[in-house]
Amino acid sequence: MTGRRADDAYRATLIVAAAAVVLTLAGIALVVGRMAWPALLDGPWSFLVGRTWNPVTNTFGALPALYGTLLTSAVALAIAVPLSFGVALFLTEVAPRRLADAIAPLIDLLAAIPSVIYGLWGIFVLAPLMREHVGPVLKATLGWLPLFAGEPIGVGYLTAGVILAIMITPVITSVAREVLEAVPRTQREAAIGLGATPWEVVRGAVFPAARSGLVGAVVLGLGRALGETMAVTMVIGNRFDISASLFAPGYTLAAVIANEFSEAFSPEYLAALAGLGMVLLGTTLLLNAGARLLVARVRAGAA
Amino acid sequence: MRTIRVPGFAFILAVVALAACKGEPTAPVPPPAASLAATERNVTLNGAGATFQYPLMTKWASEYNRTNPAVRVNYQSIGSGGGIRQLVAGTVHFGSTDGPMTDAQLAEAKDPVLHVPVTLGAVAVVTHLPGVTQPLRLSGELLAAIFLGRVTRWDDPAFAEANPGVALPSTPITVVRRSDGSGTTYIFVDYLAKVSPEWRAQVGVATSVDWPVGLGAKGNEGVAGQVKQTPGSIGYVELTYALQNGLPTAEVRNADGAFVAPSVASVTAAAAGAAASMPDDLRVSITNAAGPGAYPISGFSWVVLRQVQAACGVATPMVRFLSWAVHDGQAFAPALHYAPLPEAVVARCDAKLASVTCEGRPAL
Repeated sequence: MTGRRADDAYRATLIVAAAAVVLTLAGIALVVGRMAWPALLDGPWSFLVGRTWNPVTNTFGALPALYGTLLTSAVALAIAVPLSFGVALFLTEVAPRRLADAIAPLIDLLAAIPSVIYGLWGIFVLAPLMREHVGPVLKATLGWLPLFAGEPIGVGYLTAGVILAIMITPVITSVAREVLEAVPRTQREAAIGLGATPWEVVRGAVFPAARSGLVGAVVLGLGRALGETMAVTMVIGNRFDISASLFAPGYTLAAVIANEFSEAFSPEYLAALAGLGMVLLGTTLLLNAGARLLVARVRAGAA
Repeated sequence: MRTIRVPGFAFILAVVALAACKGEPTAPVPPPAASLAATERNVTLNGAGATFQYPLMTKWASEYNRTNPAVRVNYQSIGSGGGIRQLVAGTVHFGSTDGPMTDAQLAEAKDPVLHVPVTLGAVAVVTHLPGVTQPLRLSGELLAAIFLGRVTRWDDPAFAEANPGVALPSTPITVVRRSDGSGTTYIFVDYLAKVSPEWRAQVGVATSVDWPVGLGAKGNEGVAGQVKQTPGSIGYVELTYALQNGLPTAEVRNADGAFVAPSVASVTAAAAGAAASMPDDLRVSITNAAGPGAYPISGFSWVVLRQVQAACGVATPMVRFLSWAVHDGQAFAPALHYAPLPEAVVARCDAKLASVTCEGRPAL
C-alpha cells in the first residue's frame, strides 16, 4: 500500500480515532443524562442548588457535594502549584544534571501510586497528624479566620485538600519540568548575557516562554483533583454540609457516588446519584474549557 | 437430617429416571429428566447482597460444597440494596439483605418474592474513650440524642444517671456513622426510631438517611477504623467488627429496662420472642425486643428469592442449600459471632422454602 491509498487509509484511521473520543464523551453524557433525567425534572436548578440530601424523603440537592469538590480542589491547587513549580524549577534550573536525572523518575513513580494507597495513608498517618499537630497550630495562629474556625477532628476539607495536593504534585511537576526544559537554552543565555541574575532569568526569560504549558500542567492536575474518588472519600468525613471552615467534614461529588451507588434503593435515589455525575461532568468540562481559553489568551499575550 | 434427605433425593432421581424412560417419546420439551439430571451435574448458585452475611455465607458455601461437590455457591457481597436490585433484575439466583424489601420493591419485582431469615446479628455501639475501662451504659433515648446532635459532650449530665462514678472525659463527642447505604444502618436507625419519636419524625428509617451530625465512613471496617483513630468518638458496627478491632461495646438499655451487652446469646434472646408474632411474610424487625436478656439493636438477615422459579436444575439445589443453611448450617454461626436462628423461626423458614416451585411443581 503506497501513495494515495496509504494516505486515505491513514486519514480514515485518524478520523475514526478522533471520532471515537468524541462519541465516547457524547455516549457517557447521554447515558448519565438519561439516568439523571428524573432527578432533573423538578428543575435542574433546584437540584443544583439544593442543600438537602435525604434518601428517606427523596429530597436531593447537589450543592454541598459540588461545594466540597470545588473547595478541596482549590485547596489542593493552592498547595500543589507553588510546590510543583518549585520542584520543576529546581530540577531544570538549579540542580546538577545528574541529580535531576535521578529525581525525575521518582516523581513519575509517585504519580503512578494507586489512589487507595494514598487514602489508607491519609487515614492512618495524615488524619492523626492533622488532628494533633497541623490543626491546632493553624487554629492557634489563624483561628480568627472563618477558614480555620472550629475543632480540627482530623478529617475534613483540609485533609482531603492536602491529600489531593500530594497526589497531583507529581503530575504537575512532571509536566512543568518538561515544559521548562523545552524553553530554548539560547533564551536563558541571552538573559544571562544581559546581566540577569538566576531569578531574573527565570522570571524574565523562562516563565513567559513556558506560560501556556504551565497552565496546561495545572489544568491536568485540576482534572485529577476534581475526579479523585477513593482517597478523598477516606479522609473528607462524608457529611452533606456546607461549611466555611476547612476543618469541617464535607463531601465531594465523586465520593457520594462511590459511597452510595451500590445501595441506592429507589429509582429517584439512583437518578439523583446520576445527577451528581452530570454535575461533575459539567464542572469538569466548564473548568477545562475555561482553562483552554486562558491558555489561548496567554498564548496570544506571549506572541 | 442429611441421612433422611439423601435417600429421598435418590428416590426422586430413580422415580424421575423411570418416568423419563416411560415418558420420553411423548414428553413435551423440555423433558423433566433433563432438568433434574442437572442437579446431579455441576451447578453454580449465584447470590449477591448483604456484606453482613458474607463471612457466614462463604463458610456455608465451602462446607456445603464438601458434602455436595456438584453444588457451588458464588456469593458476592455487594450490599443489601445491590442484592435486592440484582434479584429484581434477575441477574442472580438469590439475593440477601439486612433490611426487608419495601412494598414498593416487592411490587417492582412483580412475581412473589420470599424472605427467608438465615441468620441474626447485633449492631454494637462502639466508643473510643481514653481512660474509661468499664462498659458505657446507654439508654435508647440518650443514644438517639447523641446521633441527633442534642448531646454533644461526654461530660453531659445525661450520662451520669446510668454511669455513676464513671469519669467521662470533658471532650466533644465525635459521631461516626456509615457513609454508604447499609443494612447495619437500617437496624440501627430502626431502633432509634422506635425509642425516639423525634428521630422517627426528623430522620426516619432506611438503609441510608440524612444524618443530622457526624462523620461518614465507608463500610463496617471504615467506621471501626475511624472510631479507633478518633479519641472521643462513638459509632455503630456489626458485632464481629467490634470484637475484631477490640473496640469496647456499650451496654444498651432494652425494653425491660436492663442494660445488655451485645453477644450471640443476647441476640438469640431478642429473636426468640419475635418468632411467635412474626408476620406471614417473615419481614419483621426485632429491634427493641422484649425479654430481660434481649439485646435491643438486633436484626434478622434474610435471603430473598422468587417463589416461582423457572428451571428446577437451579431451583432444587438452591432450595436444598438454603434448607441446609437454616438447619445444619446454623452450627457454624456462633464461631463467626452470628446468633443461630431460634427453632421456631427455622420452622417458619421450612414452610417458606417448601412453597418454592419450579416448572410448576415443588422445588424441594
